[in-house]
Amino acid sequence: MAYALATERLHDGTEQGRGSRPAWKALRRAAGRNLRAHAFLFGALVCFALFTWYPMVREIIMSFQRVHRGQTTWVGLGNYRQITADPEFWQAWGNTAEFTALALVFGFAAPFAVAIVVNEFRHAQGYLRILVYLPVMLPPVAGILLFKYFMDPGFGLFNQGLHFLHLPTSQWLASKSTAMPSLVVVSTWSNMGTATLVYLAALQGIPGDLYEAAELDGCSVLQRIRHVTIPQTRLILSLMAMLQIVATMQMFTEAFVLTGGGPEGSTTTVVYLLYNYAFSYNKFNTAAALGVIMLLVLACFSAIYIVLERRGGED
Amino acid sequence: MGRNRFQGRRPKKGADTYQRTLISRTQLNTARGKRFYWTALTIALVLASLVFIGPLFWMATGGFKTSQELVRNPPVLLPSHPSTHAFTLAWDRLGMAQLLWNTIVYAGGALLFQLIFCVSAAYSLSKLRPIFGNWILALMLASMMIPAAALVIPQYLTVLDLPLVHWNLQNTPWVIWLPTVANAFNVFLLKRFFDSIPNDLLDAASVDGAGPLRTLWRIVLPMSRPILGVVSIFAVVAVWKDFLWPLITVPAHETLNVGVNTAATSMPDNALVGGLFLASIPTIVLFLFFQRNIMAGLTVGGVKG
Repeated sequence: MAYALATERLHDGTEQGRGSRPAWKALRRAAGRNLRAHAFLFGALVCFALFTWYPMVREIIMSFQRVHRGQTTWVGLGNYRQITADPEFWQAWGNTAEFTALALVFGFAAPFAVAIVVNEFRHAQGYLRILVYLPVMLPPVAGILLFKYFMDPGFGLFNQGLHFLHLPTSQWLASKSTAMPSLVVVSTWSNMGTATLVYLAALQGIPGDLYEAAELDGCSVLQRIRHVTIPQTRLILSLMAMLQIVATMQMFTEAFVLTGGGPEGSTTTVVYLLYNYAFSYNKFNTAAALGVIMLLVLACFSAIYIVLERRGGED
Repeated sequence: MGRNRFQGRRPKKGADTYQRTLISRTQLNTARGKRFYWTALTIALVLASLVFIGPLFWMATGGFKTSQELVRNPPVLLPSHPSTHAFTLAWDRLGMAQLLWNTIVYAGGALLFQLIFCVSAAYSLSKLRPIFGNWILALMLASMMIPAAALVIPQYLTVLDLPLVHWNLQNTPWVIWLPTVANAFNVFLLKRFFDSIPNDLLDAASVDGAGPLRTLWRIVLPMSRPILGVVSIFAVVAVWKDFLWPLITVPAHETLNVGVNTAATSMPDNALVGGLFLASIPTIVLFLFFQRNIMAGLTVGGVKG
């Protein structure tokens, strides 16, 4: 493009002629302009190259290599075979899928419902918005550790509350079957603020006449949600779903802080396994293979999303 | 100046103009509707306060309780003999001052580097339009598709031994600061905003003899205050909330998050709860102070993301 710009100038120079502005001068000016523009780009380019593009390539290369006593050898798919042979690998993907699915159901429905309700209020909207968003701003570890107390099977507030209501109590984080859902509760509490505010903004953009028309057509409140609210916010809903899938599939902090992957590996997520391979077992190359697998899986999700979006747009 | 003019045009919130939502106002203005509205609002307020402030209240009062009182069944609402002992213990044992300082240094530096490098990159891509600019932008945006956690291993190995210069950045603030610059979303947001600034303005500056740096400083930046606020908040919050990266790269100079987690196992219950509250205070204050800007930023980021 800049080349085109340079030749354009060149052309101008010759056409205006008069010999006062030789062609090479215009070329040099274009080069100078480009140099200056790239100087402005330099800092960001170096950072992108060092911390994104190079690691990306390096991860793929690493995943086919193994390092033994400082000697790097190519092992082909060896690392991939090793990681897929580990029963923890399949368990971790199962756990991650469970977390993602649950977090999607809760983390998706809860903020949307809250946003719809809050949007109806004419009072205290600002206060409610601040409340919902407050946990998002806390240092995550503080919010997460707090739930360790609430979820204690013995003295925890949750069980005391359930007991008070004569409901069966739960082992929460201590049992294999409830550990993952408990993490979903923590994660939803601390993260739902963002989605809620985004939905609120989207809801406020819906033209009121649509509701008016739906009401005149005899739609009940639920039908109005179904036929007006959801179609009108479809774009932002699907985008948030996509972002949430990608974010929840990378869950690590909650599991690391609250359960340490237990009990019996029931909360070991894929990122947790990756962390273990690299920093507990010192197998960086196997961890890199796992990273590549993760990239591929998430790329598939992105691809599916893009295809669905395209198809949705054609309708 | 310009901002005020736009604000004047925006319809004011009030009785004359209102946004019709799910339930019509006439329906709410009936006696039954009013009763329903106020009941629903009360329930929502109580529930939301309980769910979102309740834990914070429990944390704050928990620090004043003794450890036995904290875990008593049934729970006690307020401490019978409030004592600040747990807070001072937490402050000392956690090294809270140091943790806070580390986090502030990391967040502040990250903010500075992002503002300098992302702004100049976006300016270059938007207004100076260098050769291969579109390719570079595409490559940057492609990196948004990559899940951060999947790249942690090669990134970690890279900062241990930086290519070409062979510096080890571990345990230096650079290891937090520099990677945050590689934030495609920031560059994208800024570039889009700069695109909306009319070129005529920049041409006029250039006729007046201003170079690109001067134009950026004198014309583009003052016009971009809203977007700069958004990017700044994102930058600070991202560092504040990160866990995995500081856990592995700055083990000697921990962030608040990592430090609290490390010390958690070796502390009495009431001290830990008090510590959690102390760790949360700065964010709560900051949030209440900047909440308007944060909310605005969120909608920009969310809708365009």
